[in-house]
Amino acid sequence: MRKNSISIPLVTITSVVVLFFASWSIAAGDISPFDQQKGTLRIAGGTAHIPVMKEAAKQIINYNPQIHISIAGGGSGLGIKQAGEGLVDIGNAGRKPSDQEIQKFDLQLLKWAVDGVGAVVHPTNKVQSLTSTQLQAIYAGKIGNWQEVGGVDRQINLYTRDEASGTRKVFWNKALAKGDISTKANVVVSNGAMKTAIAGDPFAIGFVSIGHIDKSVAPVALDGITPALTTVRSGEYHVARGLYSLTKGEPTGLAKLFLDFLVSPTGQQIVADKGFIPVK
Amino acid sequence: MLRSYSPSEYLFFTAAVFSGLLTAAVFGFLFFFGLPLLQSGQLADVLFSSWAPGKGLYGIYPMLLSSLTLATLSMLISFPISLGCSFIITALAPLRLRRVLLALIRVMTGIPTVVYSFAALFFLVPLMRNLIGHGSGMSILTAAPVLALVIAPTMILFFVNSFNKVSPRFTLAAEALGCSKIQKILYIILPQAWPGVINGILLGFGRAMGDTMVSLMLAGNSTAMPEAVTDSARTLTAHIALVLAFDFDSMEFKSIFVCGLSLYLLTALLMLLFRLSTAYFSQAR
Repeated sequence: MRKNSISIPLVTITSVVVLFFASWSIAAGDISPFDQQKGTLRIAGGTAHIPVMKEAAKQIINYNPQIHISIAGGGSGLGIKQAGEGLVDIGNAGRKPSDQEIQKFDLQLLKWAVDGVGAVVHPTNKVQSLTSTQLQAIYAGKIGNWQEVGGVDRQINLYTRDEASGTRKVFWNKALAKGDISTKANVVVSNGAMKTAIAGDPFAIGFVSIGHIDKSVAPVALDGITPALTTVRSGEYHVARGLYSLTKGEPTGLAKLFLDFLVSPTGQQIVADKGFIPVK
Repeated sequence: MLRSYSPSEYLFFTAAVFSGLLTAAVFGFLFFFGLPLLQSGQLADVLFSSWAPGKGLYGIYPMLLSSLTLATLSMLISFPISLGCSFIITALAPLRLRRVLLALIRVMTGIPTVVYSFAALFFLVPLMRNLIGHGSGMSILTAAPVLALVIAPTMILFFVNSFNKVSPRFTLAAEALGCSKIQKILYIILPQAWPGVINGILLGFGRAMGDTMVSLMLAGNSTAMPEAVTDSARTLTAHIALVLAFDFDSMEFKSIFVCGLSLYLLTALLMLLFRLSTAYFSQAR
């Protein structure tokens, strides 16, 4: 009994102190709307969005543990579908939903970052620059050996994403000029899985959102321009897209607070920290 | 004379009817949503062409073939291992080891397939890439041993059960005549229990056809027609998982109902064989 009477105030004091510092260390104004809130927020869809979503959720949950936020992947197609059917509160998409989708589901769009999509290879691969024509030929299966583009004499292992992926759609539209993607290509289901696959395969080529490029994979310069934050921002690297969050109808409650937080200075700082380009 | 049923009997009866209806309802559901495609006369196209949504082709033939190849291959790997394991568990090993082995197999049945696949992604895939010498290391041949591991416990437990059901009168008589353990297995237990062995195989094959995670993570998911077992390939189940994110109205989405229907019918056919073989062999004895 005595033990209890001591430990309860201690826990209270600790949490008050932690909360104090937590709220103090991040700009208090942006996150303070989450005061007194509680409930669950369900987010799913685009996998490029996940690093930002996770960080934002972490800060919000640290600030107010009464709020539960679940973040799932599934791809842009799933994000649009699940938001439209009301299965999740916020659906993420790495492409703009079609007019038909917007109309049918009464979707509200929020674009909170700009992201590039770059081809990537294993860091040990000598070929780290390709022309658009070469890249298109590689993806169409016409160039099948690294030797033909100046690399080692090994078969090129193609990786692509599932057809509902927003990342794939942008890459296919803008980098491959809507050219064929060989049916022999391996298919992975998320940006994370793509990075893991390329990082483990010395003869692979794939494509990921620029926010996902790190030391484990090497970006491939396209027509001499390396996909990176700076080149996307300057407009030199053109394989870029907006990152969207969707709600069915006008966002309300926690969903609205969350989206407001994403476009607040603190939220946009997270966007920049995770390797995307803030919209504000 | 009509017998009156107790409330609990009614309860069980309702439960049985309900689960039976549910199975039928799933079929009805798949059929209903697959119907537009079936009616439009595109069934043959869907079943026998390849997958190229950009060109208006929604065929599932490569997936159908990959599913069957992968299931058969993993069966070929798993069956001898499972049979050997069940011999050891029922007759060959010392009593204490048998219990340990059986407990281990029971634990194995509960391990999610995603765990096996994840481990294989880091150990088996690089190994296969080096062994095959070309390609990404993700292929039917990579997925098959992992799938074999997944279906083995089911088969082993089934085999062990049917071996244990062999009447001790036979085995004791064989021992009295001076049979060795191996002779006892080969000439007494196996001939007596082989209907059970066949059922175990069918059940294992059904599981191999139905598993999604192993092929999704390890087989590479390419939509091309696999020409060799070292090629990347996509199974029906992985295909459904990959296409699920599409818009409801899209042709892609509609075509996966045909996928589901084919899987359902294939598995139903297997189970029908299972029932028939059980009935046939128990009669023949």
